[in-house]
Amino acid sequence: MDTVDNSPAPAAKKGPSGKQRLLDSFATLYKINQFILRFFKEAFLPPYEFKEVIRQCYETGVRSFTLITFTGFITGLIFTKQSRPSLASFGAQSWLPSLVSIAIMRALAPLITALIAAGKVGSSIGAELGSMRVTEQIDAMEVSGTKPFKYLVCTRVIATTLTIPILATYTAFIALLGGYLNVAVNEGTSYTTFWEQVFEPLTFVDFIGSLAKAIVFGFTIGIVGCYQGYYSTKGTEGVGKAANGAVVTAMFLVFVEEILIVQIAGWFR
Amino acid sequence: MEKAKADINYKNPVISIRGLKKAFGDFEVLRGIDVDLYQGENLVVLGRSGTGKSVLIKIISGLLRTDEGEVTVLGHDVIHIRDKELQELRTRMGFSFQNSALYDSMTVRKNLEFPLVRNRKGIGRKEIDTSVERVLDAVGLSHTINQMPSELSGGQRKRIGIARTLILNPEIMLYDEPTAGLDPLTCIEINDLINEVQQRFHTSSIIITHDLTCAKSTGDRIAMLLDGQFQRVGSFDEVFNTDDERVKPFFEYNFIE
Repeated sequence: MDTVDNSPAPAAKKGPSGKQRLLDSFATLYKINQFILRFFKEAFLPPYEFKEVIRQCYETGVRSFTLITFTGFITGLIFTKQSRPSLASFGAQSWLPSLVSIAIMRALAPLITALIAAGKVGSSIGAELGSMRVTEQIDAMEVSGTKPFKYLVCTRVIATTLTIPILATYTAFIALLGGYLNVAVNEGTSYTTFWEQVFEPLTFVDFIGSLAKAIVFGFTIGIVGCYQGYYSTKGTEGVGKAANGAVVTAMFLVFVEEILIVQIAGWFR
Repeated sequence: MEKAKADINYKNPVISIRGLKKAFGDFEVLRGIDVDLYQGENLVVLGRSGTGKSVLIKIISGLLRTDEGEVTVLGHDVIHIRDKELQELRTRMGFSFQNSALYDSMTVRKNLEFPLVRNRKGIGRKEIDTSVERVLDAVGLSHTINQMPSELSGGQRKRIGIARTLILNPEIMLYDEPTAGLDPLTCIEINDLINEVQQRFHTSSIIITHDLTCAKSTGDRIAMLLDGQFQRVGSFDEVFNTDDERVKPFFEYNFIE
């Protein structure tokens, strides 16, 4: 039976024992696992909510565009500026574009994009679904014979998984433009030379690794935001907690995944 | 306003509940509910806040699980029903939520279309528009079609919530506190609408309320929920013509015509 389990995963009693906390943690892990499995089960089965996926892509992508542009550009500019003295001490300023491109492509672009998206998109998803849960809008969808999980969760997770890699690629480009501005002003490097030096050290693994990271980050941000919101409880307080939980958990997981993917990508280099 | 006599088929219960029990932790909310809702009937479930009235209809609609007992809706055992069957069954039931539960990111039109386009495969634009106009006309709010829920008053939100359930032509309506938080005049309008829905759409309804005016205006039968059980079931006068000290205060402290 498709029932809505609104109960919080951990026990809400005061001062649970260590054993109880451990059991609660396992219960939460099990619930998250079930949530992810349900996503894969429902996302690939018809009917498909294409229109809603496109709307969510717009919400995720276009609305984050300005912030990503600004942050990406500043990051590239500052990173180049701060890296110059170290390279200058070896007389190696000409390596600056290569250094900047490796740092941005391999780590900074997907990471910055994911952190911004976790803050902006993740919190928004958590708050929106949390609000829908406490105002019984999700129950209303359920009792009208529709599938709220597919409409609300699958669409958002697909949207973040699709748009964050695109945003990360855009961030990389913008950050490199920031780097170029700094290099052009200080070293007088031409636009063509800069881009040649940018692509010279990059390998196929760098592009694939960066893309894979962004996909994993996007999925994580979507699924965490949806999980926190979908199982939100305790009224308006719960909505705040869902939004906060979505950001904190997603950021933590993004860093953990960053370490894991860097290690895995290292084996292929 | 006194309720007009309804066309009730007492040989055909559309909902049958036997020995229903539900607890939240140590708190036993429902302690053995036995009741039938007959075809064409409006059954009002009366009781104080926190006595499990809303829990009852959430169990009927499959939103909550039971601990014990049998619940049969339109011939389906909702306790052991499969997901797909439950989804189909839900299209035959309308659920009007206490706070209307309108989708606040959608216009009134989109709210009404939402269940329709997802449950009627291949439905055309013209048919969708006709259905939307029909239910909006039924609740008297055709002019709000392009408004957002945030632009509507409490009474209008309730009406649109009811319209959204009517769009699938349900056989059963479940009303959760339909008059809660509304001014007396709007309450009367909602009570009239509930009766109109019963007559016009031939629905059988369970109306959860603690408002005696609503109970008297809309109920063909009243079931008084006390201590997790239906202590008194019958007509309005039968239920309240009693010396039961648990029922009398409820009646005395309510304002009624």
